[in-house]
Amino acid sequence: MLRFIVRRLLQLVPILLGLSLLLFTWLRLLPGGPAQAALGERATPEDIERYNQVFGLDQPIWVQYLKFLGRAVQLDFGNSSRTGRPVTTEFLERFPGTIELTVFAMVFAIGLGIPLGYLAARKHGSWIDSTSVIGSLLGVAIPVFFLAYLLRVVFAVDLGWLPGSGRQSVRIDATHVTNFYVLDGLLTREWDAALDALLHLVLPGIALGTIPLAIIVRITRAAVLDVVNEDYVRTANAKGLATATVRRRHIIRNALLPVSTTIGLQTGLLLSGAVLTETVFAFGGVGSALKDAIDLRDYSILQGFILILAVVYVLVNLLVDVSYGLLDPRVRVK
Amino acid sequence: MHRRHTRALALSAAALTTLSMAACASSDRDDSSSGDAESGGTFVFGTAGEPTVLDPAFAQDGESFRVSRQIFDGLLTTEPGTADLAPALAESYEASDDGLTYTFDLREGVTFSDGTDFDADAVCANFDRWFNFTGLAASPAASVYWQDNFGGFADTPDTPSLYSGCEASDASTAVITLTAVTSKFPAVLSLPSFSIQSPTALEQYDADDLGGNGDALSYPSYGLEHPTGTGPFVLESWDRGNGVVTLTRNPDYWGDPAGVEEIVFRSIPDGNTRRQELQAGSIDGYDLVAPADYDTLTGDGFQVLPRDPFNILYLGINAGNVEGTNANPALQDIRVRQALAYAIDRETIVNSLLPEGAEEAIEFVPPAVDGWTDDVTTYDYDPDKARELLTEAGALGTTLRFYYPTDVSRPYLPDPGAMYEVISQNLTDAGFTIEPTALTWSPDYLNAVQAGQADIHLLGWTGDYNDAYNFIGTFFAEKENGQAKAEFGAFSSPEIFSALATADGEPDPDARTADYQEANRVIMDYLPAIPVSHAPNALVVAEGVEGLVPSPLSAEDFSTVTVSN
Repeated sequence: MLRFIVRRLLQLVPILLGLSLLLFTWLRLLPGGPAQAALGERATPEDIERYNQVFGLDQPIWVQYLKFLGRAVQLDFGNSSRTGRPVTTEFLERFPGTIELTVFAMVFAIGLGIPLGYLAARKHGSWIDSTSVIGSLLGVAIPVFFLAYLLRVVFAVDLGWLPGSGRQSVRIDATHVTNFYVLDGLLTREWDAALDALLHLVLPGIALGTIPLAIIVRITRAAVLDVVNEDYVRTANAKGLATATVRRRHIIRNALLPVSTTIGLQTGLLLSGAVLTETVFAFGGVGSALKDAIDLRDYSILQGFILILAVVYVLVNLLVDVSYGLLDPRVRVK
Repeated sequence: MHRRHTRALALSAAALTTLSMAACASSDRDDSSSGDAESGGTFVFGTAGEPTVLDPAFAQDGESFRVSRQIFDGLLTTEPGTADLAPALAESYEASDDGLTYTFDLREGVTFSDGTDFDADAVCANFDRWFNFTGLAASPAASVYWQDNFGGFADTPDTPSLYSGCEASDASTAVITLTAVTSKFPAVLSLPSFSIQSPTALEQYDADDLGGNGDALSYPSYGLEHPTGTGPFVLESWDRGNGVVTLTRNPDYWGDPAGVEEIVFRSIPDGNTRRQELQAGSIDGYDLVAPADYDTLTGDGFQVLPRDPFNILYLGINAGNVEGTNANPALQDIRVRQALAYAIDRETIVNSLLPEGAEEAIEFVPPAVDGWTDDVTTYDYDPDKARELLTEAGALGTTLRFYYPTDVSRPYLPDPGAMYEVISQNLTDAGFTIEPTALTWSPDYLNAVQAGQADIHLLGWTGDYNDAYNFIGTFFAEKENGQAKAEFGAFSSPEIFSALATADGEPDPDARTADYQEANRVIMDYLPAIPVSHAPNALVVAEGVEGLVPSPLSAEDFSTVTVSN
């Protein structure tokens, strides 16, 4: 197991090198640059030239790349050209928000998706089954930003039940320790702040969790349908095991294997979905920061954030593979 | 057709005589903070983005300035609701006859929020700080407002500075000397960039210690955590994760204490989200209301507060003097440029594309600016005359590459696509052939038009302060190479160049106003571009919010705001 993990971590090196090279050249091939964005519509061509000179943007691209690599290995990704603050600081401040949102979305998707998928398979052919199949098709088909917008108009603006933007109400006095606002509220025993932060996760979390929910329902349903027809299930039933035991130990456990892979992949994809959701809900996470960075040609933020996210993505998938081993002893043996 | 406000010309005259308008400023404040609204509470304002840095000397974006204005005061400010100069930390000033020496009589008994005394030494410390920026602090990324307005620094002899020196002749008198006469001084001192900051705090938190790392600047803790001024509010916190800046009332403020205990600036980049958050009651107001939302918001009981227009939309012309570009040479013929001017239906544009309160432009400065005159050659909509002029010039059907931006909404250009449609149709009707190019605003569009790649293009400008040069000087003044900017085809017109230089160098305010009127006349005869319109933009606040006076310069003072539940 340890060798497996080490090997997977070593694979990160070529992935990151390739990705950084790609990102670096691609960003610099975009028309314009950070100078125009930073100096605005009033910048003269001379101002832009001087800006590029000061920040070394007039040097050959490979010189810039080597300098970037030299700093990046020391975990220094430069400063944001908009805020002037280190990319790592910006990331650490914003990533907790995205994690909270992603966790909420996944809890929503898994908590609802697995029971629904299981139920649909158990009642194969019933109205529950067809409703969840159609529902999950819809869930995949509706664009995230549209759903986000719809949820906000209905539940935040018209009904006023839930907050529609931001991570926390500005009228609440909250102490931030870890930048995980819900956790912070619990740690500091500011229960109202924790609840407020949690409520802020509901609408964006549902918007973000809809696609994984739909996919988890479908995969669970298919997996359960597969498993119930397996020989070992028939054997288990034949030898007189209690129905509940058969379901728990033989059906669900085996059906969860493909589901857990899906969950891993979907968690990674949520990071990209977060760009849209966070923008619509003015949610201060990594996704909205990436969107701003694209608008402003903030090279450092784009390079740094995307590289760090790539590492996170690989780690999440590694975690899924490890959990796969826990669920399926055969994988461990290999 | 344009009503000219009777403005406080007093201040212009004051270049020779001392004046005091303190009573005026504070009485406005009294009016709005009186009444039955309680003094206290929180005002939550939705902004389009977070500030960048709260050291206004290094800031260059509107959101940084908006917050800075509440924390800092300058020597001068503007009358609420106008672009006219008013006293702030300087109660009055006096200019020498040669226009090179300004003596500022400072307000006494003022302290910075860290307890440091405000006096003439503090004023000079700030001017000397700006003038002595070196390294990254002197790069355009950091101190572009100083460079645009005062030129170079102490150690840049090749780029001379307008600033010569500052002397504290006594605790409440600061004497500032300039190297040249210019119409922008002292109006430029009302810009937030030239706010007076606490010398103690500047030093304590290494305010000038900018770092450079990778592609960008990094700001010292002064501008991020410890901005220290004399204004009505002080910085309480800046929550980056949540995009929230919180200011609290400065208990030691020299003027009337702020009407609310706390202002919260919350960044909500999307305009629709801002509107919905106001409707949901989680913010009390926001800026940059989309013109399409005016009626809905007013109908819902919100107060839409339009600002007086202080901008210009123009159709830029490139007659092809820029190396490496191939503009249409037909535009060098004055008759073709006149045809463009006659072809545009400004009335339709103002009535159908711009918010209420927009005005047709007959020249490149809005009517609120000193030097505006209705005595210029005007080009009222006349497509037949345009066609006649084109025929006469032998240019009927000539092709113009018309550049316009996409994905942007500027106060002077709320909907570039629609504006392009109308003007393009006007020009086609008059006998031009239009070849459109649509580009994303930043950086593609700005790069292209500023490099002189278009034949004609749409662009505009919002004024910084009440000075005609800030408009027409920025557009049409002579550059070092003896030509105008590439954006306007690097044209060369000795008449325009000398008219602008004369006006800018005239120390007497009345004579200067006449000079700018003359410059406007010369410009409208030559037509280096075509003025189109002046458009207002608006703020919106909830029902119980009182005392927010919209400023044409977006220089709103939030200390007069009160919120009742």
